[in-house]
Amino acid sequence: MKTFAIAKRVLTELSRDKRTLALMFVAPILIILLLSLIFSASSTTNTKMGVVAVPTKLEQRLDDTEHVTVKRYTTESAAKKALKTDRIDAIVQHKDNQYDLTYANVDAAQTTAAKMAFKNALTNQTITGLQQKLAQTTAALAAVTHQQPQKQQSTKQVKIINHYAYGDADTGFFNKILPILIGFFVFFFVFLISGMALLRERTSGTLDRLLATPVKRYEIVFGYMLSYGVLAIIQTLVIVLVTILILGVQVVGNIGSLVLINLLLALVALSFGILLSTFANSEFQMMQFIPIVVIPQVFFTGIIPLDSMANWVQVISYVMPIRYSGAASSAIMLRGTHLSALWPEMIVLLVFLVISTILNITGLKRYRKV
Amino acid sequence: MAETMISMHHLAKRFGKQVVLSDINFDVQKGEIVGLMGPSGAGKSTVIKAILGMIAVDRGKATVFDTQMPNRELLARIGYMAQTDALYDTLTARENLVFYGKMKGLDKTVLTHDVEHVAMVVDLLSDLDKRVINFSGGMQRRLSLAIALLGTSDLLILDEPTVGIDPALRQKIWRELHQIRDAGRSILITTHVMDEAELVDQVALLMAGKVMAFNPPEILKAQYQVDSIESVFLKAEGVQL
Repeated sequence: MKTFAIAKRVLTELSRDKRTLALMFVAPILIILLLSLIFSASSTTNTKMGVVAVPTKLEQRLDDTEHVTVKRYTTESAAKKALKTDRIDAIVQHKDNQYDLTYANVDAAQTTAAKMAFKNALTNQTITGLQQKLAQTTAALAAVTHQQPQKQQSTKQVKIINHYAYGDADTGFFNKILPILIGFFVFFFVFLISGMALLRERTSGTLDRLLATPVKRYEIVFGYMLSYGVLAIIQTLVIVLVTILILGVQVVGNIGSLVLINLLLALVALSFGILLSTFANSEFQMMQFIPIVVIPQVFFTGIIPLDSMANWVQVISYVMPIRYSGAASSAIMLRGTHLSALWPEMIVLLVFLVISTILNITGLKRYRKV
Repeated sequence: MAETMISMHHLAKRFGKQVVLSDINFDVQKGEIVGLMGPSGAGKSTVIKAILGMIAVDRGKATVFDTQMPNRELLARIGYMAQTDALYDTLTARENLVFYGKMKGLDKTVLTHDVEHVAMVVDLLSDLDKRVINFSGGMQRRLSLAIALLGTSDLLILDEPTVGIDPALRQKIWRELHQIRDAGRSILITTHVMDEAELVDQVALLMAGKVMAFNPPEILKAQYQVDSIESVFLKAEGVQL
């Protein structure tokens, strides 16, 4: 019963703090809208290539490639100058029967795009050459055997039809990071606000006063969990609904499962927040935990692919709670995975939760011996 | 004979190298107001925290209702007012009272009645539904006292309850405290206000971690051959009168 009274009090306090509430609900939505604009507007790289003494046909082909613009230079030095001043991203030069490519290489994506574009153009050129030769041969053969040449069946282009298991052709990086971002927001705000709240209880003396009543230590911790759990559920729902209704993002799996995963994460964040607040003596010191506890988690959530990291770096990710919620949320949102298949992630989150909660309940002994 | 409500035996406590309490012995009987007096830094709040079990003592023991502290359940029978106001700023006075009442384990009907009563004692009835953040320092102190008065506690432990409270209201509060005493409940109170020391039944004079004297005010005055507790205090501190 006292747990409910504490939860009610924490929620009443929060409801009177309009700015904090706005921060919890409006800030994530704003950031998500902003990110969707940034990532959805253009997912392709436009490359400008300079050509020097390249055969006209190849130059034409290169120019016909999507997202590639070609500019012709008469001399190598003129092209190099353009490269230096950032007017073009790569130079293609034909000399001594070979192609020399020079890349500005200030943006790896540009370099890759230029490499690909040139390779494709060259391959297409070769294929067309072969096709022409084939046609000539066939014609010559027909003339010899006096037969009608077969219609160019073999040279007809094969049509490619794309199907997407998730989303559509516009699905991009934003959709990949969205499930992770939801978890990040839940973690960040619950961690910070609950940590601050408990810090304030400690510095204002209300915690001491509270512990001078017969309330049990776990009732205080559970009261906090209950109230912030409610808050995290609302926050997740708001973010998910905004992304579905306004951004039209497809959620394949169950929204309830998504909320449950984020609730678990929020409780872990709450426990971490309360735990770390005991090491802070002021709100500013609490803020200092952000670069240590919150920011590193972003790197290990899957926003940057984990497989691309060195093995020993990957090991660090195992102690990051957002990694597990990120993996689970992604599976639910993108592949529609059922909760029953996500028990390893849920168990790890539960272990984080149980350990930090026990530490918190025992930690309160510092203020009352029983 | 009177029942003993609080009993302290050879309490000792040090923080690091600094000895705060060296040897504290005194009792609080049923139906008695004991004033714990002493200069700031004498260890008054430490004594109170030891009684409540908020700090662990190094030596000796404190018992409340014949049970050794710390003991969580006993806290339900103690009304405590801390030196800091310890209020939730964004809540109203009533919400603060109800919350702490619930934490104390009071049931709803008792609580509704008590909230009105204690608010009346500290003259906050008309401000019950205002938020604490808009309260003056004195009003916050009064609300803090009101919280301690909630429920019919057998024992009240009040740490500097009348700081920043106007004389007229202070008188009213003391009348209430005397009524509580006359109803057979006990009060341990710390104060800096010397004329308040005349209003208690026993004065425990705390200096340098020791109880220098423990007597009713009249006897104390006779002992030190002075006519006010203030002079007792000065004399005990060694100030030339």
